[in-house]
Amino acid sequence: MGMTITQKILADHTDLKFVRPGQLLNARVDIVLGNDITAPIAIEQFKKANAKTVFDKQRVIMIPDHFAPNKDIKSAEQCRILENFAKQQKLTNYFEVGEMGIEHALLPEQGLVLPGDVIVGGDSHTCTYGALGAFSTGVGSTDVAAAMITGELWFKVPETIKFIYCGNLNPWVTGKDLILYTIGDIGVDGALYKAMEFTGETIDSLPMSGRLTMANMAIEAGAKNGIFIPDETTEKFIKSIAKRSYKYYKSDANASYSDIKEYDVSRIEPQVAFPSLPSNTKSINDVGHVKIDQSVIGSCTNGRLDDLRLAAKVLDGKKAAPYVRLIIIPATQQIYRQAMREGLFEIFLDAKAVISTPTCGPCLGGYMGVLASGERAIATTNRNFTGRMGHPKSEVYLANPAIAAASAVLGRIGSPEELD
Amino acid sequence: MKLKGNVWKFGSNINTDAIIPARYLNVIDPEELAGHCMEDENPQFVKEAKEGDIIVAGTNFGCGSSREHAPIAIKAKGISCVIAKSFARIFYRNAFNMGLPILESADATDGIQNGHEIEVDLVSGEIINKTTGKNYKASPVPPFMQKIIDDGGLMGYIAKRRVFRNE
Repeated sequence: MGMTITQKILADHTDLKFVRPGQLLNARVDIVLGNDITAPIAIEQFKKANAKTVFDKQRVIMIPDHFAPNKDIKSAEQCRILENFAKQQKLTNYFEVGEMGIEHALLPEQGLVLPGDVIVGGDSHTCTYGALGAFSTGVGSTDVAAAMITGELWFKVPETIKFIYCGNLNPWVTGKDLILYTIGDIGVDGALYKAMEFTGETIDSLPMSGRLTMANMAIEAGAKNGIFIPDETTEKFIKSIAKRSYKYYKSDANASYSDIKEYDVSRIEPQVAFPSLPSNTKSINDVGHVKIDQSVIGSCTNGRLDDLRLAAKVLDGKKAAPYVRLIIIPATQQIYRQAMREGLFEIFLDAKAVISTPTCGPCLGGYMGVLASGERAIATTNRNFTGRMGHPKSEVYLANPAIAAASAVLGRIGSPEELD
Repeated sequence: MKLKGNVWKFGSNINTDAIIPARYLNVIDPEELAGHCMEDENPQFVKEAKEGDIIVAGTNFGCGSSREHAPIAIKAKGISCVIAKSFARIFYRNAFNMGLPILESADATDGIQNGHEIEVDLVSGEIINKTTGKNYKASPVPPFMQKIIDDGGLMGYIAKRRVFRNE
């Protein structure tokens, strides 16, 4: 019996030759991540356990990104807990405001998360790094504390569902649409406790930005991890930035899968997830008239350079509709600088957009675009739960950056095809 | 260990933003978090839930973010146990790690309504609906998870066994 890429990575991190789905094991972790929401509780647990030092000061990473730059006094206190811990533990990879970016955009960009790694993070979207061919999963703060102390964590080896995508993408269809379509198909618990392995000829030609977006939202189907088999796209992305050595794994031809799903992507149009679940998807042509008050382009899901370029392509020479707030958030300082150099900021400013410093801010109703009662936003983020972006009576619709940009111009949810 | 309490019934896919809205994540104080637990989902819950009450819910309870603030808020609110048809993966880990008892039972969820009084035996997994007289059986807690509970959560577990032998 062969193994999937997920089984192989976990086996290698426990020095076992073979691991089967359902097996419990204690695996070495390569990277442990915490942010200003989850790390304060982890640090409290770390101290309660009388731990003195983290297992490796280069491999424990702290990033204040959710409510940073500090949104209020309480957030400032939380961020200071991270800063003090980073100083005390002499962490190599603490990213202060000015170097900071949204964690799941920043770590791949900095070459800190690599193919073949086992990565745990106190953030559910830690599954993003599966795009690089790593086993990467979100955990709670106590798990982060345990991993920071021991450099290990217990896992149950997940079963894997294989997703095969074939055919050519339609205009304005991106990785975001593929993953929204998939979640719409299998539901928000369709991959509960399982690995989602994304393959097929469409994936072979999908850029890394699209893969990161897809792996990012594996958690929205309940998955433990999402993963891609490394290929030339991976190699091109990682070789010049990797800070450590790395290893490529691939699934055996005779690996066992709990299910296999095949999609002909030529039948997939841009997707919009209606409130209040990411699985509540419709094709853009079936949306009807949905007026919006705000459009947010950014987040760990869609705040990368390719996403901003796509938005700029749609917004070039256009303006946001009256009474619509267009908020654009480059996910890292590097993306911010490059977008500026490429002239994207000119296009955004002409379109009446505001351009924010990197932050998770509005995605989780923190700040930088919180919604009032009855307001609606279209967003390139990952969750549209009740009250996610503000008032419990506000609504969030999820889409790709092209749809979010076109909707800002139209004042209602729509496609770039509808613009002059 | 037997628990007895009144039931607060919730639907499926109760996410962590419903359990504790992200706007309150600028604090980690359990009491403060408990004061906002489920407030958007059911405002009565915050006002009226009493020490020892039990949450009963549908599938995928605790989906969404990894915030441990969610089980912390539920526990600090005084909820003694959560019974659901299924739990989201990170919530499941978090609950065991920080010591909130959780049980899986589809039958119990279907047969128990809001306001019913139930008795739960955490060891045997037996659930008795005192209001209707019906009995249910929860899936047994996996032995490994039981060890974590016995050691008082994950930190107790790793303190006791710094060297862990693979299965």
